[in-house]
Amino acid sequence: MFTPGNVLSWATFFPVIGSALIVVLLAAKFFLRLDKKLVDDGSRWIALVTSALSFAAAIAAWRMYDPSATGVQLVQHFTWIRAFNIEFYFGVDGISISMVLLSGLISFIATIASMPWWSGKKDAEMAGMVDDGHDDPHHPKHFSVRMVPGYMAMLLLLQTGMMGTFVALDMFLFYVFWEIMLLPMYFLIGIWGGPRKEYAAIKFFLYTLAGSVLMLLAIIGIYYNSAPAQLADGSWSSGHTFNLIELAKQGAAGQFRNAAPILGFSFAKIVFIGLFIGFAIKIPMFPFHTWLPDAHVEAPTPISVILAGVLLKMGIYGILRFNYGILPDATAWAAGAIAVFGVINIIYAAFVCLAQKDLKKLIAYSSVSHMGFSLLGMAAMTPQGISGAVLNLFTHGIISPMLFLIVGVIYDRAHHREIEKFGGLAQELPEYSAIMGLAFFASLGLPGLAGFISEFTVFSGAFPVFTTYTIISATSVILTAAYYLWAIHRMFLGKLNPVYKGYPDLNWRERMALYPLAVICIYLGFYPQAILGVINPALHALIQNIKPL
Amino acid sequence: MQISLSHFLVVGALLFAFGIVTVATRRNAVGVLMGVELILNGANVNFVAFNHYSGGGVTGQVFALFVIVLAAAEAAVGLAIVLAIFQTFKTIDVRAADLMRE
Amino acid sequence: MHETAHELGRIAVTNVGYLWLIPLFPLIGATINALVGWKLQQLFGKKIVHRIAVTAMFAAFGVALVAFSQMLRLPSEERFLQDTLWNLMTAGRMTVDFGFALDPLSMMMVLVITGIGSLIHVFSIGYMHDEPSYWRFFSYLNLFVFAMLLLVMGDNFAVMFFGWEGVGLASYLLISFWYTDPEKAKAGMKAFVANRFGDFGFLAGLFLLFWALGGAWTPRTGSGLRNNDYQPIAELNATAGAATAAQAHALAPAVHDVKVGPTMSFRELRDQVVIESTGVKEHLAGSTIWGVSLLTLVCILLFVGAMGKSAQIPLYVWLPDAMAGPTPVSALIHAATMVTAGVYMVARLNFLFALSPSAMGWVALIGAATAIFAASIGFFQYDIKKVLAYSTVSQLGFMFIGVGVGAYWAGAYHLLTHAFFKATLFLGSGSVILGCHHEQDMRKMGGLKKHMPITRWTYLAACWAIAGFPWMNGFYSKDEILYKAFTSGHLALFGVPTPWLGPAIFVVGIVAATGTSFYMFRSYYMTFTGEYRGNAGHHDEHNEDPHSASAAAMSHLSVSVHASDGAVHADGHAHGHAAPAHGHAVHAPAAAAATAHAPAHDDHGHHGGTPHESPWTVTLVLSLLALGSFFTLFLGIPMAWTGKAPILEHWLAPALTAQEGVPFQHLSHTTEYMFQAIGVLAGAVGWFFAMLLFKDAKSEVPARLKERFLGVWTVVYEKYYVDELYAVAVLKPSLKVAQAASWFDSNVIDRLVLLTGTVTRVVANLDGAIDKYLVDGAVNAVASVTQECGRYLRSLQTGKVQTYLYGALGGALVVVLLNFLIS
Repeated sequence: MFTPGNVLSWATFFPVIGSALIVVLLAAKFFLRLDKKLVDDGSRWIALVTSALSFAAAIAAWRMYDPSATGVQLVQHFTWIRAFNIEFYFGVDGISISMVLLSGLISFIATIASMPWWSGKKDAEMAGMVDDGHDDPHHPKHFSVRMVPGYMAMLLLLQTGMMGTFVALDMFLFYVFWEIMLLPMYFLIGIWGGPRKEYAAIKFFLYTLAGSVLMLLAIIGIYYNSAPAQLADGSWSSGHTFNLIELAKQGAAGQFRNAAPILGFSFAKIVFIGLFIGFAIKIPMFPFHTWLPDAHVEAPTPISVILAGVLLKMGIYGILRFNYGILPDATAWAAGAIAVFGVINIIYAAFVCLAQKDLKKLIAYSSVSHMGFSLLGMAAMTPQGISGAVLNLFTHGIISPMLFLIVGVIYDRAHHREIEKFGGLAQELPEYSAIMGLAFFASLGLPGLAGFISEFTVFSGAFPVFTTYTIISATSVILTAAYYLWAIHRMFLGKLNPVYKGYPDLNWRERMALYPLAVICIYLGFYPQAILGVINPALHALIQNIKPL
Repeated sequence: MQISLSHFLVVGALLFAFGIVTVATRRNAVGVLMGVELILNGANVNFVAFNHYSGGGVTGQVFALFVIVLAAAEAAVGLAIVLAIFQTFKTIDVRAADLMRE
Repeated sequence: MHETAHELGRIAVTNVGYLWLIPLFPLIGATINALVGWKLQQLFGKKIVHRIAVTAMFAAFGVALVAFSQMLRLPSEERFLQDTLWNLMTAGRMTVDFGFALDPLSMMMVLVITGIGSLIHVFSIGYMHDEPSYWRFFSYLNLFVFAMLLLVMGDNFAVMFFGWEGVGLASYLLISFWYTDPEKAKAGMKAFVANRFGDFGFLAGLFLLFWALGGAWTPRTGSGLRNNDYQPIAELNATAGAATAAQAHALAPAVHDVKVGPTMSFRELRDQVVIESTGVKEHLAGSTIWGVSLLTLVCILLFVGAMGKSAQIPLYVWLPDAMAGPTPVSALIHAATMVTAGVYMVARLNFLFALSPSAMGWVALIGAATAIFAASIGFFQYDIKKVLAYSTVSQLGFMFIGVGVGAYWAGAYHLLTHAFFKATLFLGSGSVILGCHHEQDMRKMGGLKKHMPITRWTYLAACWAIAGFPWMNGFYSKDEILYKAFTSGHLALFGVPTPWLGPAIFVVGIVAATGTSFYMFRSYYMTFTGEYRGNAGHHDEHNEDPHSASAAAMSHLSVSVHASDGAVHADGHAHGHAAPAHGHAVHAPAAAAATAHAPAHDDHGHHGGTPHESPWTVTLVLSLLALGSFFTLFLGIPMAWTGKAPILEHWLAPALTAQEGVPFQHLSHTTEYMFQAIGVLAGAVGWFFAMLLFKDAKSEVPARLKERFLGVWTVVYEKYYVDELYAVAVLKPSLKVAQAASWFDSNVIDRLVLLTGTVTRVVANLDGAIDKYLVDGAVNAVASVTQECGRYLRSLQTGKVQTYLYGALGGALVVVLLNFLIS
């Protein structure tokens, strides 16, 4: 079924097919007067199956990818809108293949986490997962039983948007997927979110749209300064090109070096800054990070999982694909600034974490801190730095979903997230405590778990280039340990708060979501070369364009 | 004293002026019509005088006759209108007939 | 640098395929117990749990013995076993294999870890018998051993760091083992975070070293003196991109068949530094960064890592608190193995430290300062485990004196002897604590020699060892360290040679040794002589002593008393069938013990009866360790006595390559005898005063002295208020910064964002107003002006002909008048 020519399309479009099926189901409900429960369950299963198929396609793509070959692989390429030289161009290289796998995995995990399965009725009632028809505004139902077909359709659309962003190699196509991803996110937070969901959704939407605008301007600027390139059918495009790979070649050859300045500033620098801010909002980079805590706190658990696991990675991915790929000169010019922002992200967010009282906010800020490692690593332009930066995307994409799932587990039971109000939970929820300990230690960079290797590689890569910055950043190993252990201390250790007596431990749905991630986390801790070996060649080629050795 | 053109013109102008004053001041519609007759006759005096002093022909007289005929017709139509006004407003005061104003 | 040193070659590697089994067994044990231990314990009882754990330990010990025997058969220069499993990661020049290596030094460590570790596992069977989370304890303990083995067996920095952090994790888990007590949980947290300060230094030093080898920092002076083949900057391709291990190896240049350049592997590092013809040594020694000698900085940063792990000033504060963990943990982790990791690391990197006299000076200085500082705190502690904790800190200081002055083998030897006698002391104290029903305060002990003879003799033997009497092992290692310290004139500080430093350290060391002897015998006399003071009804006064472990833990342990003495009789039967002869009022069956914690503390008064000897698993282990403390003395008989190098020195020589080159002064044998006499005298003086003051608790002098110098006493007793200092200097400011950052984030950054939003809204409103009033207003204005004009003009149209006529006449008049006026 999967061939190198179509596997990426399958991975991208399976979810949207599911989305369409759910719409059909809704229409059938209207015309055939189907039972609500049937429709709800139907859409759940459609979502599960299609995202599983998408994940399977992503795995197939990972296996088909040949790390020793250079260039773009698994290509699907044809002309789409001839008049504007827009092509349908899917393909992966070392920068994106790991993200495809991650995106498929996290999408599937998030879909599992959206199910209202619970072992006992009593426990399910505790979480508000029993759909008894009426919705009390003071005790809102669990998101997994509210407007299920809509939720599932949005979730699937979001998955298509994410996967498409990583595999699109045409600037226009990339932008389309980038925006496709935005809309379902807005609704998923705004409809199924927490108490301040509207505020958070609007903030997220406006923030990311502001970034998109800058990005769009930069894309248009690049387009009109590009040279023609060959289209998929062999003919030459008229005037310019949207083809990212061609643009990267042109950029490496200096095409944008001498483009007409904008307002007296160098074209490459202006475009670089536009793209960079557009992507930095997504990372999120200080000082554009404040949408993240709000969005995370209000979003339902699976959406936080996707947000932290995949969406944040798009920022770094975009910078590598666009800024590093197309504008190498400007990248070399900006490297110092990127490193400074990386350091600020790491240290500043770590301190903010130390003061958080809301568990989900703590984890949201720790994401900000950890994304700083990627910034620092890629700014260094050493092989270790850039490999570490991309590996960090993957490992953080494994660990932070675990963390958010873990927050979801306790929130489903206690309906609050105040760290101070817990205490002694380890006695009542031993399995949960163990898995949370694992995730926390992974996130604080314990060797043997995934997080350490990426930190270690980033530090070793950044060290010779930004010695002082790296040493400052390395103090985060202390801060991170402090805030995580303190959180463990306040939540799990000490005397059990009697309020939490009788809370059920992990159920099977939660295990299905958490254990695969935990296993991957340990596996990567001891064998990170599984990822590094695949991504290394393309990344090292990328930085060679920027700083000829 | 030779009667010159100026004398005729003065008479004509007086008639015209009396007519105008009558038309402007009379509230009685019939009075107004009579004023109009005075104006026309003032003009007739002028026609005839100019014709006499400007050398031969009968153009002036013809015009004066034409005006007299026209004045007769005008008086007839005018009186009919006055009758209609009277039937409508039960008065022949011209100030009452301001229906078209709005 | 030293004329007598013969030209060293590369290490001859023997590849073996079984080294991975050594850490594997504990890992399997840990995994089984962690995943299904609770179920096994439920189904088959606790026996199955400890059988898994202990079997794993003995299996590891067995494989270690196989490796040892293989190593013995090899010529001493070829004693290097290597087992590379897989390529952990490769990025550019950095390639790290997940592999193990054993050389004589790590072999010694592995034997200590698996050997003493096995014994402590056996001890734990008795000690932890009534702990409901038995499986969890053994799982953690096995996990610790696994991590510790990674630490010592890793053939590169990365694997060592895996173990380095892994033991930190295990230590955290075990210190917080009784996590329901917030104080104990906090002690675990403190240990981990304090260690992270060290890890930070370790990582920084590691990266600095890695890149220094790649030539990332330029040498201080012109390359006139570099007449060798090592061209760091031009040829090392330090930033070349290699994707696989093979490519990375292909990038590495070789000079005279020696691989040079950045590496994480200890062996490759050692080869390129030790073999002088590569020029790496000169490059490193000549490089500077920020105006400081690079090598010194590397060594000091790595030593910061050692300070954290090995509890040296100023990062020692976690170790005394770590006594919150169960006593076997204190013995295994916080005395015998984990805390010596720093010493091991310095010894492992001896060839680097030896190149930097300044770094050596610092190591020795910090070691000496810690030795005397911690010993002084030990003087006045009442909690028996605290005394031992401070004595551990102090003894670690001695080890650092050893490795600092360049007597690497002596440091390693002290590590070995200390592992034996300190494990004996800790386990002895554990036995005492068991016997006294979980009393840790020495003021409530006394007279135990009648009740616990085996414990008493082993404890006394260990005291002799630590005080340095020639009939036990401690004398030989400590004496060697102090002698070498006195004869080392080669130390420096900040690059300035300080020949006085060695003798000064010697004096400090002798004073610290006297103190050690004093407080150890003080603890012995307070515990084992005089009358038993445990019945005086002081049970409610636990909290009077700020350092005593808190009451919750007591209650935990107090339950296990019953079952552990029960275990003597009931090992094969059901649990908890304790003999009535012990006179305990309550004998909860083991199964019920889980629920019995809370009342157990209330019962405390009931079983304050006579102390009793511990079960055979405990006494057996104590005896074996005490015998070990005796027999290991033969490894270090000094050369002055036999004319031959001590066995251990000879054994370790291939691993401690820099040992030979250290320029110690050579004194005559007579002088050496004199130093040995001084060492013994120091121990004897301490013993004498301890006996005078504390034997049988008869003397009134200690109390009077305490009254007389109450201020000094309080300061020392309160540990010089270092914890409080940390709270004020580190903890509070960090939290303040955190609060400030959080405030800044939500009140400045987020406000800015919201402000942007607000500004946008204001602009939008303004825009709306302009649209509404200006643009739309103009359109409306045209219409309304027209309308108004119409309205005014309309009133002119009266409909009255006469009015119009007035107008017309007026107009005509105006025309006429104008006509006149103009003309």
